[in-house]
Order: sequence, then C-alpha cells, then structure tokens
Amino acid sequence: MSEIPREKVEALYQRLYEEAEASGYHLNPDKEFTLGLVESLLINEARYGYWACPCRLATGEKQKDLDIICPCDYRDADLLEWGACYCGLYVSEEVLRGERPLQSIPERRPPEGQRPQEQPARAPAVSVTELPLPVWRCRVCGYLCAREQPPAVCPICKAKRDRFERFL
Amino acid sequence: MNARGRIPGIRNQHQVLFYALSTCIWCKRTREFLEANNIAFDFVYVDLLSGTEREAVVEQVRRWNPSVSFPTLVIDGCRAIIGYRPEEIQEALGL
Repeated sequence: MSEIPREKVEALYQRLYEEAEASGYHLNPDKEFTLGLVESLLINEARYGYWACPCRLATGEKQKDLDIICPCDYRDADLLEWGACYCGLYVSEEVLRGERPLQSIPERRPPEGQRPQEQPARAPAVSVTELPLPVWRCRVCGYLCAREQPPAVCPICKAKRDRFERFL
Repeated sequence: MNARGRIPGIRNQHQVLFYALSTCIWCKRTREFLEANNIAFDFVYVDLLSGTEREAVVEQVRRWNPSVSFPTLVIDGCRAIIGYRPEEIQEALGL
C-alpha cells in the first residue's frame, strides 16, 4: 500500500530499536508487526509532517495531535498497565520475554477538551521562586531538567521540545 | 488503498461494518482475520477520508465507540467490537 522504500523502514526500525534499548524501552519483538508500524510512522510523516500515532485518527494539526505524536503521552502508563503501548510498537519486559501476551488494549487518550495540550498552563504546584532555574518535565517519560528552556530533544525518550511542560 | 469498499465472502448472513485506519496494524490484523474466515464486510479507512465525509463517518463511529478508536467493528447495527478481538468476533458471528 505504501511507497516507502524498504531500506528507509529498516533504517528507522534500527534507530528506534537502538534508542529504545539504550533508555530502558523495548520495541515489539514481532518484527513484521513492528516494521508495519515503523512504515506507518513514515507514511504519517509524509502525510502530516510528524509521527502521528499510526493507530489513532490524527487531525493533521500538530497542536491538536501533540499528545499522540510517537512516543505518545500515554505510552508509559500503557506499558505499565498493559505491557504495551496502544499501537503495540513498544512493549514491556514481560511481553518481550514472552511472559505476558501482547494484546490490543483500550484507548487511554481522553476525549477532546481534556487532552494535555488543551489544558491551560498551570502555575507550578509548589512555590519555589527561590530556584535559580525553572524545572521542565517531559510529558512522555517524566524526565526532569533544570535549565532556562527545555532541551530540543528529550535525552531519555527522544520526544521533542514541544512535549515539555513547566514543572517547577 | 481504497478508502471504502466491500469485501465479498461466503459468510454473508451478518452485516459487518469495519471502521479502520490504513496505518494501524491491529486494524490490519482484524481485516486479515475477517478475510481468513471468509466473512463478507464493508470497510472504511477513516484516515483516508477528508472534510465533511470524514466528519460524518467519525460521528457514526462515535455512536458505537465514544473514544472513536480503531478498529471498530459494527455487527448487524446492534453491536460494536472495539480493538482486535478475534474471539469476540467469532462469538458474535457464530463462527
């Protein structure tokens, strides 16, 4: 169905595999399944300009789709509860070892109006005005860093800067 | 890939409507399951639609599945199966 060259799909698979393993995540070991999803990420990149989740209906407006850009805001919670992300691209160690079956899981993404990017930026919960720098949180993996601006790419999960929120 | 279509099958006693995304592997598995079991069904790849046509289909899916997730399989206009659930499909279609 797609015009994405096989080498491109394989190359991105390899990159995602290495990045995942380097930071404690795992790709689905069913390679045919996973290559299908990687190909879909490239299809969505060509369609929308970003890696919209292949298993969710993207609007094509980046700001509205921000929470479902892969890796999505819901991946880590789904890995913990179900052993896999919604698509089945990322799996837990139990699923990787074959100790837990991989299955199609319920949608965790809240309905329109309740999504993370639709919430007004909140003031930090605790007042820490004496901090010399703001603290930023990656909405995908929870990585925290104290610096003037969030990093361009999360060093843990590789989510881009626009997935960070002010934490403190 | 066509956005809409009908797949003929020997098992055509039920009306089966398959709402899917062309990029979703669980949708692909579901379609393969239907085809392997010779089930006749109509399909719509919602990501391949645009404008008011897409909006109308999204509203149809929402009636069965408020989270508008895929695949959503509507059987005889009275029951929805959400996600890749081969056993549920078997049970609903009496396979």
